[in-house]
Amino acid sequence: MVGDNRRRPPLSCRRRPYLRPGPEGHAITVDNFGPLLQYLVSGLTNGAIYALIALGFGIIYNATTIINFAQGEMVMLGALCAISLYQLYPSLPLAFVGGVALVTVAGLLLERLALRPARDVSPITLIIITVGGAVFIKGLAMSFWGKEAYTLPPFSGSTPLHLGPATMMPQNLWVLGVGALVVALLEAFFRLTLAGKAMRACAYNQRAARLVGIPASRMVQFSFGLSAALGAAGGILIAPLTLGVYDMGTMLGLKGFCAAILGGLGSSLGGVLGGLLLGVAESLASGLISSGYRDAVAFFILLVVLFWRPQGLVGGRG
Amino acid sequence: MTRLLLNPWLLFAAGVLLVPQAVTNQYYFTLLNIIGIHTILVVGLNLLMGYAGQISLGHAAFFGLGAYTSGILTAAGVVNPWLALLLGLVVSGSAAFLIGIPVLKLRGYYLAMATLGFGVIIFIVLVQGHRFTGGPSGLHGIPSLSLGGFPLDTPFRLYFLVWTCVGLLLAFSANLVDSRVGRALRALHDSETAAQSLAVHTARLKLQIFVLSALYASLAGSLYAHTLNFIAPSSFDIMFSIKLVTMVVVGGMASIWGSLLGAATLTVLPEFLAFFQEFEVVIYGAILMVVMIFLPRGLVRGLMDLWERRHRLTEGGTTPG
Amino acid sequence: MPPGRVKAVIGPNGAGKTTLFNLVTGFLIPDAGRILSLGAEIQGEPAHATAARGIARTFQLVQLFDHLTVLENVMVGRHRLTRAGMLAGALRLPRARREDAAIRRDAWEALEMVGLAVRAHQPAAALPLGLKRLLEIARALAAQPILLLLDEPASGLDPVETERLGEMILDLKARGVTVLLVEHDMSLTMEVADDIAVLNYGRLIAEGPPRAIQRHPEVIAAYLGTDWQG
Repeated sequence: MVGDNRRRPPLSCRRRPYLRPGPEGHAITVDNFGPLLQYLVSGLTNGAIYALIALGFGIIYNATTIINFAQGEMVMLGALCAISLYQLYPSLPLAFVGGVALVTVAGLLLERLALRPARDVSPITLIIITVGGAVFIKGLAMSFWGKEAYTLPPFSGSTPLHLGPATMMPQNLWVLGVGALVVALLEAFFRLTLAGKAMRACAYNQRAARLVGIPASRMVQFSFGLSAALGAAGGILIAPLTLGVYDMGTMLGLKGFCAAILGGLGSSLGGVLGGLLLGVAESLASGLISSGYRDAVAFFILLVVLFWRPQGLVGGRG
Repeated sequence: MTRLLLNPWLLFAAGVLLVPQAVTNQYYFTLLNIIGIHTILVVGLNLLMGYAGQISLGHAAFFGLGAYTSGILTAAGVVNPWLALLLGLVVSGSAAFLIGIPVLKLRGYYLAMATLGFGVIIFIVLVQGHRFTGGPSGLHGIPSLSLGGFPLDTPFRLYFLVWTCVGLLLAFSANLVDSRVGRALRALHDSETAAQSLAVHTARLKLQIFVLSALYASLAGSLYAHTLNFIAPSSFDIMFSIKLVTMVVVGGMASIWGSLLGAATLTVLPEFLAFFQEFEVVIYGAILMVVMIFLPRGLVRGLMDLWERRHRLTEGGTTPG
Repeated sequence: MPPGRVKAVIGPNGAGKTTLFNLVTGFLIPDAGRILSLGAEIQGEPAHATAARGIARTFQLVQLFDHLTVLENVMVGRHRLTRAGMLAGALRLPRARREDAAIRRDAWEALEMVGLAVRAHQPAAALPLGLKRLLEIARALAAQPILLLLDEPASGLDPVETERLGEMILDLKARGVTVLLVEHDMSLTMEVADDIAVLNYGRLIAEGPPRAIQRHPEVIAAYLGTDWQG
C-alpha cells in the first residue's frame, strides 16, 4: 500500500530487467511485428500474475463480500519469503513451497487476528482494517528486508528462447505454465471436492449454506488462506523477472483488482481473462505509447469498466 | 458560566490567539501551520468517511492537485497566487466529480479501490511530468502568499491565515453536518435504503460530499505549497493518503473536533519520537487495525464510550431523558 | 386505489407482498406491467424519485438511522418537503435557518403526536422494538405522504401497541392518507382495512371488503393450515 519513494524512484520509473525490446513508440508495420509479439509475450506473463491475484480477490469476495486490500502484500510476501528461503537453502522447489506455506499462514492470521474480532462489519470498517493490515505487513517487510530489491534465480536458467522474431525467457513459460496449472487445480477443487462445492455454495448464499450445515466461518478462513497462497505463488513466479521489493505489492494488488473487475468480481473464468487482457493491454500501451505511464493504463481501464459495465466484461452475477 | 467557558469555539479562538504568545521559534510555527493544513484535509476526509460512510484512499491526490496547480502556476509567475488557488479548486473538484460519477453509484469498495488507483496515477503523473512538475526532485521557487500587499512570508505571518481557514472550515463543517443535507448524509450512512425511501437522492449526495472533501484537500494543498515554497511528489503518495485516513480514525469518525485532534496528534508525534519515525509505516498500520477492530467509532470517541459505560455501571445505570 | 382508503394486502409467506412494495417504491424494477400513481407511470423510477412523489414506506425489518437521535430521524423525514442545499445549510443562510427551525418544529409535533417526545434526544438505536416501529411510521409520516405503505407494522408489537397502531392508521385515513398495508395480524387488518387483496404466489386471488374476503373459498384454501381466525 505504501510508497515511500524518497530514496528510490517509484515503481513506474524503475526499468524492469526483462523484455524491454528495442526503441519504444514504433508504428506497427510488417517489419516490427517482432516487437508486437514481444509485447504480447510480456503482457501475457504479467497478465498471468494479475489473474492469480484477481482469483484471490474473487475467492475472498465470494466467501465474505469483503475486498481484501492486503491481497497485493501477499504477493510481495510470497516473493520475499521465497527469496530468503532460497538464500538459506538453495532449492527452488523448496523455496516455492515454503514461501507459499508461510504466506498462507499470514493470510490465515490476517483473518483470525484482524477480521474475525471486528465488532462492526460495515464496509468502511472492513476496508480500513484490511488497508491497515496491508500497511502493517508492508511496514514489517520494510523493517525486515529493508528497501533494497532482491533477486531470485530463474527456475530453469536464463538462456533466451527464440519464438519467431521474438525472444522469451524460460521464466515466461514457467509463469504461464504454472499459472495455468494453478487455475486448473483451483477449478477442479471448486467443482470436484466437497470443500470446494461448499465454498461455492457459500458464495451463492451464505445463510442457506449455513442452514445446510456448511461452517461459514471455516470457509471464510479457508478463503483467506487460499487467496494468500495464490498471491504468494504469483509473487514467487514473477520474482525472477521483476525482483522482489517490499513495496511491489500495492501496484500488483491494484492491478489484480482491476483484472477482477474487468472479468466480473467473483467469476474465476472472468478473473483469468481479465488478468490476461489487462496484461496485454498494459504491455501494448507501454510499448506503443509511453512506458512511463504504463501503470496508469490499468487504472484507466478500471474506471472505464466501472463506468460502462460494472458487472465486468464476462457478465456473471450482476 | 462553565458552559460558556467550555464552548469549543471560544476555546479554539483563544487557543489560536494565545499560542503565538507562548511560541517564539519559527520552526514551531511551521509545525503549527502543517497541523492546520492537515486539519483541513482531515475534516474534509471525515465528512466523507465519518459522516457519509464512504472512503477515499487517494486523498493525497487532491492535496497534490491543489499544491501543484498553485505551485506550477505561481513559480512560473504566470498567475496571481489567489487565482492559482481558485484554479486548483477547479482542477481538484472536477477530478473528484469525474471519478465520483462512476464509482459512487457502486459499493464502498469500488470507491476505495478507484481512489487508491487515482492516487497512484496522480503520483506517477507528478513524477513523470518533469517538464511541469520538476519530477521526483520537486518544484522549487514557489512564492509566498500576500494579503493586500502584506507578504505572508514567514511561518508566523502565515499562521494566522492558515488557522483562520481552519476555524472557518471547522465551523462550515460543523454547520453542514447539523443541517438538512448533513442529516441526510448521516442518514444514508446508517441505511441507504431508508434514506432513499425518504426522497434523499443518495447518489448525488455522495458525489457532492466527495467533491467537497476534494475541495478541502485542494485548498490545503495550495496553502501547503505556499507554506514550504517547495513541493515534491513524495508528499503526495499513497502513504500520505493512508496517514490521513489514520488521522481520521484516531480523532474519531464523524467527529469535527476529533479531526483537529487526530491531525495534531499524528503530526506532532513523529516530530518528537524517533521510534515513531523509524517504524512509521508499521505503526500506522497497527493503529488502523486496532482502532477499527476494537473502537470502530474512533479512538477518542471509543475511549469516551468505554469510560461512559464503566461510569454508568458504577453509577447504577440511569438513562438520560 | 381510491385516495383516503386503507387497503390491506395479505397472503401466505412468499406470496409477493414485500415484492409488491419494493416495486411500488422503486427499489425493484418490474420486468413487465405498469405501476401508476396519481395518473403518472412510476415504474423504473429510482427509489428517491418515487419517494419524492409522496409515496412513503416502512420496512419489514425496521430501518432506522441508528446513530441519529429520535428527533433527527423524524427530521430526515421532512427531507422531501424542504429545499436548503449544502451551501445554504453550511453557511447558515437565513432561509436555511428558517427552514431548519420549521423542520425541527414539525418533527417535534410529530413526536409529540406518537408520544415519543420524551425520548427525542436519544439515539434511535436505543429504543425498544415497539417504539422503533412507531418512530419509523412517524418518520414516514413526516414526509406527509399521499400514499403510505406499511410492511408488517404490527410484527413484534404487544397487543397494546398493536391497538395504538390500529388507531393511528384509522386516524391517518381520516386525514386523507391512502394506506397500503401488509400485515399478518388479522384482527388488526380486519379492523382498519376498507379493502383486502389476497395474493398467492404473485397472483391476485381475491379482492374485496373484509367480510367478503373472510368467506372467499380460495382464500380459505390458501390459508389452510395457518392460524386464520378473522
